[in-house]
Amino acid sequence: MKLSRRHMLILLPAAAVAWESVLAGTPEDAPNYKISDHWWGMLIDVPKCIGCGNCVRACQTENDVPDGYFRTWVERYHVSDENMTEPEVISPDGGKEGFPVAQQDEKKYFFVPKMCNHCADSPCTQVCPVGATFISPDGVVLVDQKYCLGCAYCVQACPYGCRYIHPQKKVADKCTLCYHRITKGLTTACCEACPTGARQLADLKNPNDPIHAFLKTHSVQVLKPQMATGAKAFYNDLDGSVR
Amino acid sequence: MSVFKDAGHLFRFAGLFVLAFLIFLVVRHYVVPKSFGQYGHYRGAAIGEIAARPARFAGHETCEGCHSDVADKKKAGKHAHVNCEACHGAIFQRVPAPAAPAENLYQRLLTFAGLRLPTDPPILSHADDPMSVKPVLPDTAVLCAQCHTASAAKPKGFPQVDPASHYPGPPCGSCHQPHNPGMDAPKTAAGGVK
Repeated sequence: MKLSRRHMLILLPAAAVAWESVLAGTPEDAPNYKISDHWWGMLIDVPKCIGCGNCVRACQTENDVPDGYFRTWVERYHVSDENMTEPEVISPDGGKEGFPVAQQDEKKYFFVPKMCNHCADSPCTQVCPVGATFISPDGVVLVDQKYCLGCAYCVQACPYGCRYIHPQKKVADKCTLCYHRITKGLTTACCEACPTGARQLADLKNPNDPIHAFLKTHSVQVLKPQMATGAKAFYNDLDGSVR
Repeated sequence: MSVFKDAGHLFRFAGLFVLAFLIFLVVRHYVVPKSFGQYGHYRGAAIGEIAARPARFAGHETCEGCHSDVADKKKAGKHAHVNCEACHGAIFQRVPAPAAPAENLYQRLLTFAGLRLPTDPPILSHADDPMSVKPVLPDTAVLCAQCHTASAAKPKGFPQVDPASHYPGPPCGSCHQPHNPGMDAPKTAAGGVK
């Protein structure tokens, strides 16, 4: 095929635009969001959690999570200093309506919010046979519900129990880190609704994000580090009894 | 003597193989989504679709655009860090869907086979229609207790009261103005805190 100078003048800018789009990876419905500029995670400040359940309710409202299923939930730990390996853990209805009043005794109490850890090396994405669940270029583990078969391999593979099969849609469902919000410059619904700042969205690629200073100056842990999942839900002051 | 003399059956087999491969390419072209592989082993367009979902919590900045007086009051008090929708709920609310027309047999078969995802009713915003979509005016007797009921499980420095012994009866709002709950805030004529 002979390429004329006219064709070349038309094609070169088009190729440049296309290449820029490939590099930037801009999601088509969030045009001001540059996907390659972010790497999302979440900071969970355990000592700040009061177990009010606002985060659970906000998540259910924001994402139409069906009753009895949870993208995020809160657990209350009751731990004896003599037997840390068998803590008493409760999470009535995911902590959505709060917790029964705890009476002071010789054991310690604390709340632990749980959610998808948006692992950089997530087991759930590795087992999906069709590529319906994936890690986006900005570090969020997502489910393509139009492509999911509902085989539930990912539900079994998640070591944190963060996935479920949606009872009406019959496909895998999970926390999206409110991807529809963070790509528009908003924070997640759980962070927005948390009255004590126990949850904070973190952009690890943004050098000005307060997460960097926090990680340097606090004792921060991830859940099940022995699983080497590259979890990006960072827990401040996490008790050793938490699983 | 040609080396291909007795190789006719091999050519026919090779031809079939090439034909099958071409059919595979044509089928693959139509079956595999266009954006599959754009970023990795998944459908790249799914990222944009997920990002396009509507938000329900608009964020405190949206509320403060109209309610700057409340925002100023709140900033001066102990609830400065509590966002508006943490108490008032999401300002985008789902409105009841109109009665759906009856599905025909084909649509019912698709639904039964799980090939149709349920459609959601529309979402309206308080910001767009302040009169018909109103955020929740919480009952302070319930709302305040969700956070401030005394429990050994809560952090020690967090303000907590026993609702049974801490002025039972009147709602919390009759003494503590929720946007600035401190007792040192200016009082209203009714005795509550402004």
